[in-house]
Amino acid sequence: MSGMAVQLQTVTKRYGALHALDAFSLDIREGEILALLGHNGAGKTTAMKLILGLLPADEGTIQVLGHSPTGAAALNQRRRIGYLPENVSFYDNLTGREALAYFADLKGIGRAARESLLAQVGINHAAHRKVKTYSKGMRQRLGLAQALLGSPKLLLLDEPTTGLDPLATRDFYAMLGALRQQGVTIILSSHVLPGVEQCVNRAAIMDHGRLLACGTLDELRQRAQMPLVIQVRGDWAGETPLQALADEGLPLHRVNGHHLELAVPPAAKLDVLRRILAESGVEDIDIATPSLETLYAHFSRQASVETAAEGA
Amino acid sequence: MNAIFIVAGKELRDTLRNRWALAITLIFAMLAIGISYFGAAASGTVGFTSLATTIVSLASLAIFLIPLIALLIAYDSIVGEEEKGTLLLLMAYPLSRSQLLLGKFLGHGLVLALSTAVGFGLSGLLIGVLSHEAGNWALYRAFGFFILSASLLGWVFIAIAYLISASVSEKAHAAGLALLVWFLFVLIFDLALLGVLVVTKGAVGRGLFSYLLLLNPTDVFRLANLAGFHAARAASGLTAIAPTGLLHPGRLSAVLVAWVVVPLGLAVWRFNRRKI
Repeated sequence: MSGMAVQLQTVTKRYGALHALDAFSLDIREGEILALLGHNGAGKTTAMKLILGLLPADEGTIQVLGHSPTGAAALNQRRRIGYLPENVSFYDNLTGREALAYFADLKGIGRAARESLLAQVGINHAAHRKVKTYSKGMRQRLGLAQALLGSPKLLLLDEPTTGLDPLATRDFYAMLGALRQQGVTIILSSHVLPGVEQCVNRAAIMDHGRLLACGTLDELRQRAQMPLVIQVRGDWAGETPLQALADEGLPLHRVNGHHLELAVPPAAKLDVLRRILAESGVEDIDIATPSLETLYAHFSRQASVETAAEGA
Repeated sequence: MNAIFIVAGKELRDTLRNRWALAITLIFAMLAIGISYFGAAASGTVGFTSLATTIVSLASLAIFLIPLIALLIAYDSIVGEEEKGTLLLLMAYPLSRSQLLLGKFLGHGLVLALSTAVGFGLSGLLIGVLSHEAGNWALYRAFGFFILSASLLGWVFIAIAYLISASVSEKAHAAGLALLVWFLFVLIFDLALLGVLVVTKGAVGRGLFSYLLLLNPTDVFRLANLAGFHAARAASGLTAIAPTGLLHPGRLSAVLVAWVVVPLGLAVWRFNRRKI
């Protein structure tokens, strides 16, 4: 089907008694960046291995770039896919340039493209050094370079920012943005959520092999119905401002004499804001919407409560 | 470029770079020259003895050494790459598991064949000249066959090492199993056969017995190399009982080839079923 880069339909993968993926369904659109979020063992890496065709699914169907990842065309298909595994490692006795050359040969990529990738990820100055002398961040960059060999249509990045310093992480996300502009579909898993939030189109939250929620940040906020936090600063000279709101049941927290916090349901946002602005003495207002981290915690907590209830 | 050759090229380069190939070549050359020069020391003389004697002595030593070297260079081929994490990455490339294993086999096999050819070959030439047998082409042919069959023996144990490597989940287990295989084929198998022969007081038919020897590739190698040297048969242990019909070098080489193909096929099969 056009428009979809990857489709997983009720896919189940078991390791013995453990359900690594449990009737898991997810569609990934062409040209979008999707984040797979979940704790260790939630099934993120298994999902990536299934998409790559490294593992067969026990049940369900998988389509990647229009083909089955374990079918006859699978090997050739891999020329159009780039993969960066978690904790990527290389042959320590090779230099960075030689390591990349080996993988490039396997994909049939020439020398010029290899060299420009080394420059693109910023390790061309160290390309003559053996990989065993590389820091974690440099290995990660080399890993990214190999994933980008052959201008893939689909990129699978498992914990790509592990070991990168904040600046490198920012550069990395900027590079993902540029790749998206070129129409590359990117699936990434990450534990470091703040950076992810700015670069992804959608996030899929996983728990014990199941999909808890999937959507844009706004859609996830909508679904979670978590309150926004409105912070109000002002000079109220000993009075009790906004008491009317507190009386109506809105949780109001007085940080100090000049600083209030209100937890407001999304639907009441505009109404509450108008009433705050009508108040005298208000000097500043900040609105904090739930971050991806907060949403992730919310859906995960909800899932563990449900699991506990099922078990009881 | 074909994926198999790319993998083979990398293995070849690795082995050359970490000086495995050089070390093996030197060991082979030193063994051949040393055995030839000191081989007759027991009779009170030193000096280059004939190629024929050298081949018989070398064959006995090669049986210990070549399987050990082959197992050493190949035992961690799969499980080692998996532990390191490079296997997962490789398998995401347009490279099938069979291609990876065959490429490794080609690379490792070439290293062993080259080391054998250079190490034994150059020293064989030297021995031939120094022992004044330079014109004896039959001997050179026998030495050539020795080198070929030594390579074949090495390939057998490379294939067995892959089978081990594709079947276990830890590198340490692979190392242990490889040593066990070496003990089994090089030391225990003949002893066990000999034991059976003694206990049954020869009741097991001689024909059946010699076919049992084919179950051990090192015995096949021994038989193949001693076939041409009847004088040596008395000194060649258990293989001395083999009937002459079995001693055709071509037939024995075919058995060695089967000993390469079957474990290699099993290794590919195990590797294809392995969970990564």
